[in-house]
Amino acid sequence: MDRKVVIPGEIIIDGDEYLPGENTEKKEGKIYSLRYGLAEEQNNLIKVIPLSGVYSPRRGNIVIGKVENVTANGWLIDIGYADSAFLSLMEVPRFVNKDAMEEVLDIDDMVLAKIWSINKRGIDLSLKSRGLGKIEDGIIFEVNPNKVPRIIGKEGSMIKLIKDNTGCDVTVGQNGFVLIKGETISSELYAKRAVLFVAENSYVSGLTEAVDKWFKENKE
Amino acid sequence: MAEKFNRPDGRELTELRETKAKVGVVPNADGSAMFQQGKTIAIAAVYGPKKMHPQHQQDPRTGQLRCEYNMLSFSVSDRIRPGRNRRAMEISEITKWALEPVLMLDKYPGQVVDVHINIIQADAGTRCAGINAAAMALAHAGIPMKEMVSSISIGKLDKTMVVDLTKEEEDYHEGEGPTDIPISMTPSGKVTHMQLDGKIGVKQLQEAVDMAKVACQNILEIQKKALKDFIEGDKK
Amino acid sequence: MDKVRTTPNTTADRIRKYLKEGKRFDGRNTEDFRELVIEKGVSCKAEGSVRVKLGKTEVIVGVKMGVSEPYADSPTKGNLMVTAELLPLSSPRFESGPPRFDAIELGRVTDRGLRESGFVDFDKLCIIPGEKVWTVFVDVYSINDDGNLMDAATIGAIAAMKIAKIPKYDKEEGKVLFDELTDEGLPLTDHVPVAISVHKIGNALIVDPTREEEDISECRVTMGSSKGIISSLQKSNSKPLEMDEIKRVFEIATKVSDEINKKIDKALK
Repeated sequence: MDRKVVIPGEIIIDGDEYLPGENTEKKEGKIYSLRYGLAEEQNNLIKVIPLSGVYSPRRGNIVIGKVENVTANGWLIDIGYADSAFLSLMEVPRFVNKDAMEEVLDIDDMVLAKIWSINKRGIDLSLKSRGLGKIEDGIIFEVNPNKVPRIIGKEGSMIKLIKDNTGCDVTVGQNGFVLIKGETISSELYAKRAVLFVAENSYVSGLTEAVDKWFKENKE
Repeated sequence: MAEKFNRPDGRELTELRETKAKVGVVPNADGSAMFQQGKTIAIAAVYGPKKMHPQHQQDPRTGQLRCEYNMLSFSVSDRIRPGRNRRAMEISEITKWALEPVLMLDKYPGQVVDVHINIIQADAGTRCAGINAAAMALAHAGIPMKEMVSSISIGKLDKTMVVDLTKEEEDYHEGEGPTDIPISMTPSGKVTHMQLDGKIGVKQLQEAVDMAKVACQNILEIQKKALKDFIEGDKK
Repeated sequence: MDKVRTTPNTTADRIRKYLKEGKRFDGRNTEDFRELVIEKGVSCKAEGSVRVKLGKTEVIVGVKMGVSEPYADSPTKGNLMVTAELLPLSSPRFESGPPRFDAIELGRVTDRGLRESGFVDFDKLCIIPGEKVWTVFVDVYSINDDGNLMDAATIGAIAAMKIAKIPKYDKEEGKVLFDELTDEGLPLTDHVPVAISVHKIGNALIVDPTREEEDISECRVTMGSSKGIISSLQKSNSKPLEMDEIKRVFEIATKVSDEINKKIDKALK
């Protein structure tokens, strides 16, 4: 089956050999979509990839968040989800003086963190991996979280293309927040425009070529 | 009914007004859509699922739907004073009942999905246009849904059944006068909303439901096309 | 936390730093507006209506007319009433419920600009002296907030008033015939009070802020003027301005006001 846009309740495909995957259900031998998005088939498994909507956290996601509050044993972080995430003191890979937690992370600070657990009580973050921690500087902006895979590209190819053309470091949080850091603000804004171009054209086939062309036509 | 009933705007009895739909009309929203039926224009925006405030209204078992229907002051001839009124509050709740059955909100305990509907221009059928826009906006917001909801007003003018009343038809005064029957349905034939204002017998009311089924199928096609165009336009 | 996010502090630092060089994120100069689009006739039920877009910011404004008794102290003058609503539809930051201060200020500042400038010839809105006068209702609704709803509102109000047509009034019945608009427009003068908001960010003074810029604005001055004559002013937020700054604000706002006035006329043709 070719990829196609489907709406909720639409029959994606009819046939007993097909199995319902993510965002689909099977009724009387037919696979129905339960969400608006792109339906695709892999080895008879049908799933719908959402193209819009709010962020839904997954374990292992790298996210960019904002410190909302400092508590006795950690920090509450807004990661653009209904519930705040929690970063425990124990998940900071260095000694933290409990009386001076603001020195590590203060209210409104931006932080790059990893989701290490999601359970009934909430979402827990960790800084115990390379490159995680407080974001000291850079331009941070938001794109729809469903566009993140295209901005990253296959094995990071799209990010690399943007880095090569702009000289900026681009860090994409799975929650749709993008951090850009470069030598000059102009180069950062150039990279930002490139990221937004990818986000806006994320369903164009041959996106890499389109981005290449964009860089040629839009020299900094 | 020997002689043919003539509608004021010359439409066939089961003909919809000119209908337009568009997705993504409010960039800030998680989902949004416009739905136009003749001179009636509704826009809807969805925010969420997000945390339910106030907290005491949270339901730990499921997510909830909140709908707010509002007519802009200049959407009708006699200016409406801005702010909530009883009619708007009732239609807000009716809209929620119309949409809630298709939503799968159990995946979002303690959360809420807010739907804001605004009527920009009104020529009857505003609640139906609002529901049509809202269903599209909910789909656009990526809310899991079993199916779509489509809405239409069926009318009886004197003795004749017609589809998609205008304001002029709602004010019809000949014979038995006007009966207005807004109905919302899913493609699988579930009636999620129905109201009636006027006088009608059981047989004709049953007929109204069948007429709504056909009209809602046509509306679904328009909703579907707008949702697909929103992405395929992207694809080029 | 729901999606009520303000500009991240690291981004804010960059915006301030860039402004020190006189540059803005979207490439504009400090005194440039975003692209202004005005679409006429948003609601056929209004006597005049427009959709105004400034970049991604969007408002719709409608004019409705009504007939009522004049105020005792001005028996021959019509009335003007401006209200603004920040629709919850237009931003995750706007909640349902009674109007917040922002909406009240938006309505009041817009109202003052239109009222005090002499833009409307209120005497010509009189139908029967002491008995019947027209009231012009101007209602502003936000559709998408990406900064500077304030100026979008005034631009919309002026544009909608300029294209509005007065409906027929049946003196015998005392009824407004809304479906029968006359060819007559509102009695307006050429004192067109385009209000411009100037924002202070660090040492920079900018106009038409985006959402990101408005978030870090320290102070806003909204000033209605026409051809260098100022008819309304409001300084908002608690941060003070230096004397030389506020004097510069006057110059910027009056200059930009005349530019935008020309753009409104061009859009309406």
